[in-house]
Amino acid sequence: MTRLLKEIPQNDPLNTEKLKSLIDQAIYENKERPGAVMLVLNEVQSKIGHVSPCMQAYIANNLKVPLGQVHGVVTFYSFFKTKPRGKHTIKFCLGTACYVAGAPQLVEKAKQMLNTELGDTTPDGQITLEECRCVGACSQAPVVVVNEDVQGRLRPNKFPQVLKKVQS
Amino acid sequence: MPFYRSHVLVCVDPECLEKGAHEVVDALQDELVAQGLIDEIQVLETSRIGSCSSGPEMMVYPEGVHYVGMTADDVPFLVEEHFLKGRIIEKFREVHKPIVDEELGPLRPKEVRVVLRNCGEIDPMNIEDYLAVDGYQALGKVIGEMTPEQVIDEVLKSGLRGRGGAGFPAGKKWAITREVQDDPKYMVCNADEGDPGAFMNRRVLEGDPHSVIEGMIIGAYAVGASYGYIYCRAEYPLAVETLNVAIAQAREFGFLGKNILGTDFNFDLEVRVGAGAFVCGEETALMASIMGQRGEPRPRPPFPSVKGVWDKPSNNNNVETYANVPQIILRGADWYSSMGTERSKGTKTFAVGGNVSKPGLIEVPMGITLREIIFDVAGGIKDGKNFKAVQTGGPMGGCLTEEHLDLPLDYEALSRAGSMMGSGGLVVMDESSCMVDIARFFMEFTQAESCGKCTPCRVGTRRILELLEKICDGKGEAGDIEKLEDLCHEVSRNSLCGLGQGAPVPVISTLKNFRAEYEAHIYEKHCPAKVCRSLIRFEIQAPTCTGCMVCARNCPVEAISGERRQAHHIDLNKCIRCGICMQVCNFNAVSVLS
Repeated sequence: MTRLLKEIPQNDPLNTEKLKSLIDQAIYENKERPGAVMLVLNEVQSKIGHVSPCMQAYIANNLKVPLGQVHGVVTFYSFFKTKPRGKHTIKFCLGTACYVAGAPQLVEKAKQMLNTELGDTTPDGQITLEECRCVGACSQAPVVVVNEDVQGRLRPNKFPQVLKKVQS
Repeated sequence: MPFYRSHVLVCVDPECLEKGAHEVVDALQDELVAQGLIDEIQVLETSRIGSCSSGPEMMVYPEGVHYVGMTADDVPFLVEEHFLKGRIIEKFREVHKPIVDEELGPLRPKEVRVVLRNCGEIDPMNIEDYLAVDGYQALGKVIGEMTPEQVIDEVLKSGLRGRGGAGFPAGKKWAITREVQDDPKYMVCNADEGDPGAFMNRRVLEGDPHSVIEGMIIGAYAVGASYGYIYCRAEYPLAVETLNVAIAQAREFGFLGKNILGTDFNFDLEVRVGAGAFVCGEETALMASIMGQRGEPRPRPPFPSVKGVWDKPSNNNNVETYANVPQIILRGADWYSSMGTERSKGTKTFAVGGNVSKPGLIEVPMGITLREIIFDVAGGIKDGKNFKAVQTGGPMGGCLTEEHLDLPLDYEALSRAGSMMGSGGLVVMDESSCMVDIARFFMEFTQAESCGKCTPCRVGTRRILELLEKICDGKGEAGDIEKLEDLCHEVSRNSLCGLGQGAPVPVISTLKNFRAEYEAHIYEKHCPAKVCRSLIRFEIQAPTCTGCMVCARNCPVEAISGERRQAHHIDLNKCIRCGICMQVCNFNAVSVLS
């Protein structure tokens, strides 16, 4: 644990005053609440976008729980990311309805256009492609979630428009 | 080129023509000439401005005013008011219709709304809206007139069963939690609706959060709980926000907190947000997650009613179960139990999806048949295709066929048929779905979501998935079906929690009901529904192909060649069988062969 905190990479959020204070605030606000690990991680993930190994160590230290517990929780839940995400995220719903309605074809189109695999970020750090489980908008299948925005009934030939909007 | 200060666009679609659009255009021309405005204002004929339902429609620019229902007789008035005096005529102005809610439309035939009655009708962010529809009256009645035992009795009598899927009688669970001698006790609401294709609970939380909160407070009074958690999945940010607002308002009005409604009953609530783990819908995993741990299930007993959150008695029910409670208290157990079958009472919400004409959220009385749901409520199969299968109960439910369509909907009937009620996802599949592929898809889901704690589920689901992938790939061998059956049996018998026990169900049910499809994949290397990529090929039908190039442009691997206006050709060596060409073709010239 100490080693992780001694050698914090230059680009880690812990080395940025503003981001570090967000982490500190999340810890301070939830420290006393039961089940604090999930609460703090949820907060940090939503504010910063990922929880790096150093951040995990820092959180474990401050909540006085073993690093193993924090790391265990981070790796268990799919919402917690350990690496920074792209500036924009395009998530493809692969729930039943979307799958049946043609989500795999959409994914294929996106992979081809961005030359990126599902789960990866484009080299310029702009767009991360992800699959996600049902977002509950099945009547509009197939659905993609662009950042927070759900877009339904998307056909592969309309995907370039979506991409253009994200990139502009 | 003349410069016009204003343009009038008149819709001349058949519907508007029938209602006199041409007469309006003529009258407009005449009147503009008469008023000497014909050089300033241009009249144009156009198509479809609005819905064409309320008569001649026109759009006036630059103001962008949308007029409807005007006749030739009204034209002089229009010209005088709008173009001479510059006043917009309100009485002809198109009133913007509310956006049609695609998930939850107006009441459909055979629907009875109890849980969904307020969704879309009231403002979920305003507690006063809920109060206006008898909100929190049930709570008043409970606290003022009833003992906890009476409340439990009433819920027991109503026959309300757990709507999360297992169908344990809610009253019985409450009674068990009440009897445990330990302090404090907790109320837990399972709002971790993870089944793909299911969104019933989300709509209730977003549209009528107070009914869930009220149900929980009543439950807390009955079991003697002092604190509660609503565990909501992180994929539902709006639901979390709505709940937080609703809880704050309920606290402000004295329905939550200390001394509720002036009595010595204390209860408070908070929302805990998940982080994207399907298994957290399992009650013991959910409670582990609330406690900030990995969401792994543990063996039961002890059941949560005895040892739950922080090892204290915790009553766990689903969103829909709680939302039913206030209505049961207000309208009486007899009213509730008058709906449904002998053992399954009340109503059930379903998210109907897949290949039906009118997908969306519905609420129907128990005992209705699947046929009625699919064909009467959901409008039948889309695009005139034939019904093939319906999957009930989410990724751990079974695929039922035509022969099961007339079963009355009830917990026991569905399990006897080899499926389950589940939380209420209903995915309808038409003849274009490959059942082996569907089984593989569900197995992929459960395999990915397996938490890995117990071996049968962790290893077994993966082995099942590998076998299914092999079959879909056209590499199936004799004996694979038997191997699958064996594995499914072992996994469902030996797994720790509902996820593992239920994971093989789609495979078991499709093996039982669609065995011929598996055999076609294995022995004939043929996918009857033409879905499995390795077993199909796409072809462009030269006579129908217009050479529009759309398919060639959209092909992700540039496998399509051909000159403009000449029939195209697919290079089968390059083709990855993604089917995009077939989807984008406007002339149905691409066909799939197996």
